[in-house]
Amino acid sequence: MSTINYSEKIPNNVNLGEDRTLQRALEGWQPNFINWWDDVGPEGSTNHEVYLRTAVSVDPQGWAQFGHVKMRDYRWGIFLNPGDANREIHFGDHKGEKAWQDVPGEHRANLRRIIVTQGDTEPASVEQQRHLGLTAPSMYDLRNLFQINVEEGRHLWAMVYLLHKHFGRDGREEAEALLQRTSGDENNPRILGAFNERTPDWLAFFMFTYFTDRDGKFQLSALAESAFDPLARTTKFMLTEEAHHMFVGESGVSRVLARTAQVMNELKTDDAQKVRAAGAIDLGTIQRYLNFHYSVTIDLFGADQSSNAAIFYSSGLKGRYEEGKRTDDHVLKGQTYKVLEVKDGQLVEKDVPMLNALNEVLRDDFIKDSVAGVGRWNKVLEKAGIPTRLVVPHKAFNRQIGALAGIKMSPEGRVVNEVEWAARKNEWLPSAEDFAFVASLMGRVVEPGKFAGWISPPVMGINRQPVDFEYVRFG
Amino acid sequence: MDMAVEAGVIKQHLIDPEICIRCNTCEATCPVNAITHDDNNYVVRADICNGCMACISPCPTGSIDNWRTMPVVRAYSIEEQFTWESLPAELSPEELEAAGVAADTGDEAGAAPTPVPTQAQAAAEPVEPVFNSAQYGATVPPWSAAHAYTNLFPPKSPTTATVVGNFNCTEAGFDSETHHIVLDFGVVPFPVLEGQSIGIIPPGVDAIGKRHHARQYSVASPRNGERPGYNNVSLTVKRVTEDHQGDPVRGVCSNYVCDLKVGDTVQVVGPFGASFLMPNHPKSHIVMICTGTGSAPMRAMTEWRRRLRKSGKFEGGKLMLFFGARTQQELPYFGPLQSLPKDFIDINLAFSRTPGQPKRYVQDLMRERAADLAALLKDGASHFYVCGLKSMEEGVVLALRDVAKEAGLDWDTVGAALKREGRLHLETY
Repeated sequence: MSTINYSEKIPNNVNLGEDRTLQRALEGWQPNFINWWDDVGPEGSTNHEVYLRTAVSVDPQGWAQFGHVKMRDYRWGIFLNPGDANREIHFGDHKGEKAWQDVPGEHRANLRRIIVTQGDTEPASVEQQRHLGLTAPSMYDLRNLFQINVEEGRHLWAMVYLLHKHFGRDGREEAEALLQRTSGDENNPRILGAFNERTPDWLAFFMFTYFTDRDGKFQLSALAESAFDPLARTTKFMLTEEAHHMFVGESGVSRVLARTAQVMNELKTDDAQKVRAAGAIDLGTIQRYLNFHYSVTIDLFGADQSSNAAIFYSSGLKGRYEEGKRTDDHVLKGQTYKVLEVKDGQLVEKDVPMLNALNEVLRDDFIKDSVAGVGRWNKVLEKAGIPTRLVVPHKAFNRQIGALAGIKMSPEGRVVNEVEWAARKNEWLPSAEDFAFVASLMGRVVEPGKFAGWISPPVMGINRQPVDFEYVRFG
Repeated sequence: MDMAVEAGVIKQHLIDPEICIRCNTCEATCPVNAITHDDNNYVVRADICNGCMACISPCPTGSIDNWRTMPVVRAYSIEEQFTWESLPAELSPEELEAAGVAADTGDEAGAAPTPVPTQAQAAAEPVEPVFNSAQYGATVPPWSAAHAYTNLFPPKSPTTATVVGNFNCTEAGFDSETHHIVLDFGVVPFPVLEGQSIGIIPPGVDAIGKRHHARQYSVASPRNGERPGYNNVSLTVKRVTEDHQGDPVRGVCSNYVCDLKVGDTVQVVGPFGASFLMPNHPKSHIVMICTGTGSAPMRAMTEWRRRLRKSGKFEGGKLMLFFGARTQQELPYFGPLQSLPKDFIDINLAFSRTPGQPKRYVQDLMRERAADLAALLKDGASHFYVCGLKSMEEGVVLALRDVAKEAGLDWDTVGAALKREGRLHLETY
């Protein structure tokens, strides 16, 4: 069942045609999705033909087929990884039982909440990125943005399918609501804070796709362990698409750094103003963007102590990252984990029950992964002979969720008072002036093979195509 | 364990840690669990990886597609790979030889190290004689090619075939219209192999009242037919509207063939050709270099490999195509070519007359892909096919020679081996 049926209105590999009720319900949702795409999808791109990757099956040979497609004609659909009829639940209280093909009544509300929350992030990032096409630094980057946009749209489909198929009427209502909330809307915002932040420029976009799509990787990986088999299979396939999004972020920042280092070497300077005057983004600004996106993203993992997290794990709804590779008992009762809190103006660690700290466990896995990538960015500077290094700020820096919310802290992890925070905030987080400067560089460059002056060309093109390939044909 | 391992040499699959973003796609995709990671790197276990390539196309970065020829005993362990910050260089021919990988075995590893000429030797060489590309063309087929039947229907006793398909396989409205013609032989035996050609006798007589002679066209379909299981072949025929000087001329046979209707019958002779044949060995690599209707045999070979792969009888031999045309619109089979999976065939297209773009010829692309071609030149399982306009031949063979030289190979040795072993075939007109 790996081949996707493209002859149906909604391409799928889930035998949608055999379930007329579900098919009709999804076909009812589809026009609303297209309206949503037209209203808040990529701006001004209706007639572009974009060199997009489309899945024709979910096996390795079929899921990355490339060709020029109008985004509106992209075959959004429902693709699940092949299932294993004998799969067993491998963690929590139901460990050893057969994985569920249907939602158990007692977990219905929690599962719906998990799926809705995940689903809400997918259209949000499209909304956050809708203006970026107008300021792309190259045709190559423009194509990557659009690829991400259509796949985020498909991820929304993935969650909507689960809601429609497994949650009856309230599932359909939740699916409708996913199209009604809007990122940053005062009256009807997206569920999670980071998805209401603006993505004002391409540096922010690269940071977002590096950090926030990496959050996606960890959340989806945890859901891919789920006892609810359709969720596990759906998220497994989403993960393959998510990889490209992280690649755009990681290589994007790398290319910005490479260009900055080149300018610094040419001018023989580390003076931020001189670097800016030469049209490149100074390393201080890049560090501040990093601080912001990192701290906003680690909030996405939720409170450091959470009874919901414990319930989700014990009931088998959401595992840990790489649950199957861990060698403990996969039940975690009676174990503890260290979380941070501030006591008498000092950060201290305290032991809390492991099950309640699973958000923190996932956050720490994410942090390890993020830090390693920042190390790879630093190699770019190292190779160019620039002594500056980027660092991730302290876990407690600029947090809005959990025990650390609202605590004023320097990036190094020193608790500071309001006065110092106010005085130095612009050293640590991007200031209005930083945003204005980066915005000033955002001109549109879309001639094949040409790149804006603040970013280097990529090492190789997409799908082994040359860098100057016509990735987007403007209609 | 595959044959290469038994021979003491492997092509070790490695991931470039400088480009990899640690997204886990490869590990999640690998069907045999050969890929794993630590906090630093994603790595491939040499003893488990079977080179199935399932991980290649899902990788978003391209970091996954790296290979090193290694003696089994020296294969990089995963512990070693975990520490890497960049990929190690290829082992030199001397290192391979020292490790017992013989220079002259022509084995899977393709380790055919030849001494790099020293400066003194190079200086002592006389002035280079005029380069004659044709001398490198083989007159024997690859050792694993199937047996070819030839001349079953000689010019004096042609057979009849029925046209069952005729369509323009270039974009309509361009001067250089190229047609894809399908001929059916009914119950008359007419076995052909990829790379062979057949002759068509146009009806009527020429200016001095003599019967037209047959024109030869390469077969564009694989051995089991354009439609598998049917006794039919396809041809790629370009409508000739001007001669080599650019003066208007109406090609007798090409216009006859391009204007054929389904149901018409034609006089056919052949088949011809016993050396421009594809290797049957499932691990052999095929590099195809062509222009225009020179694509016919390349299409045939590619389609046969595609059918083999579909039926599971294909073991990872590489296909690499360099295809030149004046513009994309003039490139036969452009659409179908685009839909072939990237992990199945490595396609490089050169357009020499795209408005606003610099002219690019197949040999330019070959030089750009020198790294990949050099690896193939070193591999005794690689076969090179050149088909198309006469003017391309010298440039292509020169490009191969230069790629070999830059990779430290002695072209005279390599070129002679290619010819002797039926691994370089030139068919130009």
